[in-house]
Amino acid sequence: MNEALLYNLVIPAVKAVVAVLVVATVAGILTLIERRVLARLQVRQGPNRVGWNGVLQWVADVVKLIFKEDVVPANAERGIHFLAPLLVMMPALTVYAFIPWGPETVWNIPGIGAVKTGLYGTDVNVGLLLLVAITSIGVYGIILGGWASNSKYALMGGLRSAAQLISYEVPMGFALVAAILMSRSLSLVGIIEAQREAHLWFVFPGVVAFFLYFVSGVAETNRIPFDLPEAESELVAGFHTEYSGFRWAVFFLSEYANMITISAVATTLFLGGWLRPFPNVAWLSFLDVIPPVLWFVLKVAAFLFVYIWFRGTFPRYRFDQLMALGWKVLIPVSIANVLLVALAALWGLPGLKVLSVVLWVALGAGFFVVRKGEPKRRTVLEAGA
Amino acid sequence: MSDERAGTAASVPDSGEPMLGLREMELNFGPQHPSTHGVLRLVLKVDGERIVSARPDVGYLHRGTEKLFETETYPMVIPHTDRMDYVAAATNNHAYCLAVEKLLALEVPKRAQYIRVLLDELQRISSHLLWLATAAIDLGAITPFFYTFREREVILDLFEDYCGARLTLNCMRIGGLLEDLPPGWVERTRAFAEVFDKNVDEYEDLLTENRIWKQRTVGIGVLTAEQCIEWGVTGPPLRGAGFKWDIRRAIPYECYSELDFEIPAYPNADTYDRYLVRVAELRQSRRIVLQCCDWLLRNPEGEIRGKVPRVIKPVAGDVYAAVEAPKGELGFYLVSNGGNKPYRLRVRPPSFINLQALPEMAKGHLVADLVAIIGTIDIVLGEVDR
Repeated sequence: MNEALLYNLVIPAVKAVVAVLVVATVAGILTLIERRVLARLQVRQGPNRVGWNGVLQWVADVVKLIFKEDVVPANAERGIHFLAPLLVMMPALTVYAFIPWGPETVWNIPGIGAVKTGLYGTDVNVGLLLLVAITSIGVYGIILGGWASNSKYALMGGLRSAAQLISYEVPMGFALVAAILMSRSLSLVGIIEAQREAHLWFVFPGVVAFFLYFVSGVAETNRIPFDLPEAESELVAGFHTEYSGFRWAVFFLSEYANMITISAVATTLFLGGWLRPFPNVAWLSFLDVIPPVLWFVLKVAAFLFVYIWFRGTFPRYRFDQLMALGWKVLIPVSIANVLLVALAALWGLPGLKVLSVVLWVALGAGFFVVRKGEPKRRTVLEAGA
Repeated sequence: MSDERAGTAASVPDSGEPMLGLREMELNFGPQHPSTHGVLRLVLKVDGERIVSARPDVGYLHRGTEKLFETETYPMVIPHTDRMDYVAAATNNHAYCLAVEKLLALEVPKRAQYIRVLLDELQRISSHLLWLATAAIDLGAITPFFYTFREREVILDLFEDYCGARLTLNCMRIGGLLEDLPPGWVERTRAFAEVFDKNVDEYEDLLTENRIWKQRTVGIGVLTAEQCIEWGVTGPPLRGAGFKWDIRRAIPYECYSELDFEIPAYPNADTYDRYLVRVAELRQSRRIVLQCCDWLLRNPEGEIRGKVPRVIKPVAGDVYAAVEAPKGELGFYLVSNGGNKPYRLRVRPPSFINLQALPEMAKGHLVADLVAIIGTIDIVLGEVDR
């Protein structure tokens, strides 16, 4: 086959189709995993009837949603109402063009021969920037969907969402800046390679940025404790109150796809992406039995579990409290962190290592002090109290 | 008295003037809304997300229960009381039976008193568990729901074994009880109560020191003791304002004066303190359940029904009797004209009277807090509307 045709058309096309199918499927399966894990946290069984132990539940759900009646409210802005779910889903899936699941490897494909390509759509040299740009398009879908529904609850949900997403983009952006400073690269593959060369996962010097990124990420994906746009008890279902059937499923799918995106980016920037732990320590090379892509998936899965764990544990913030947290706590901390990391990065690798030690010791000590200072409160009343 | 107050609550003047030409939005909150706990409708005037005024609109579940009482003979009224506060049927039965017994000057045997108190306290636990579950869900914490329902299920099973019903118990009769406890029931109840303290610890682990939970509840929906007394608010909201008023202690009925328990009260009058009061009451009710079980194990035999005339025809007169229901003071005002049916039976429902304070509590808060405030009042619309 023509070399240029193969590398410029066939492989990208195959990758695009595979990425979309895999992400859509994984997002579906994730809903099932979430329900099962949440059930375990809540002393119950979860869905366990469709297929073996309920593994086909998500298929049944999707089929049901496709065949459900598609209700559009009477005075809705039909065109925009139709467009909004697409506006949310398209960026959610587009970002998978940049997410690096595995390193560049040589594949022997029968009939074509050896093909050298990475387990990512493309390695753009401004990948991180592009990723942030594309994910922030999704907010248009949410706000337009809320507005076009002609429902007060949906409108309030959409407005909350817009405010929340825009606010939390800021600390998230600063957290990304810290990662860029450490790796001196905007390419996602480049950032992973930088971590291999530095012999250091960036979660060590960048623990604050890591924390900020993940917290903002939870807010960006509208998950508990930041799930205000769809706060069931206040706004019924937020911006997608008036959506049903497959359009609702598209919103739902995008939310889960975004969760995977946030987890994957956090893995890439801070946990060494597809690298095994301590990638340069020779005697740990037996860990290479697990292929790089599986390391990546494992790390992403750990993040997704934390997402579900949050959901089982936390109540929901109030809107103004959420804003206060974002603007008064996360943004100042993230700016301070950028300065700190920049100074350390200016010194070079030794600087990053010193920063790691200082930060982790400080965090450990801080955690210990906070735990000591907080007594367990109980409502036990003694006799005669 | 309470009717007049309801009138003023329903016509709270719109205090908020439109500011700078901004238009306030009128938001219809309910009756079909997941966190109004039934068919409560609130007409909100909101300025952004801030509540300018909240006007409760009740009556969607009105079934004319009080009129229905007048068409039934005295024993036939009891099942209708089940359907007022349908998550706390035992205390409803109890309050009604107390009123009739007071009018008849009937003596209830000791054993029946202990069983009644035991059922009341189990009911209080199950009602508070339901409250905790829904209040937590309203604020986005879904897990406490499953924990509390695990224990509530045990209590409902106990009820089912005793009287065949899980919610509409119909478990008490004028002058005592219909049936004695089945064999082994007291032991099982005691076994449940023994471990229940650990279960309450689990709920508290999830919520009491949870920062988000505290941020959402501390200082929200303040209703001071003075306001409570003005509005006639009783039960956990009153005790959450630091006022130790509990009918079980203040006007003891049945065997409560023989039992050892505390009246929990916390001073800050906000949603968080009302939460603490209810959780503390779970622990206190458990203590009462244990004491009742022990008494019943020591005294396994005894009468369960006093000397009730075959046809209940009290002399003409009127009487008021109240119990401390899980939600506050539940009273029955009974007027008899000497016939075999109540001439008038007026209910003092704690949910209805506590709900009147909602506009006061909600004013100036955000819509999200309104959900917390509805939750903290602990209303059952079956009792509000009757």
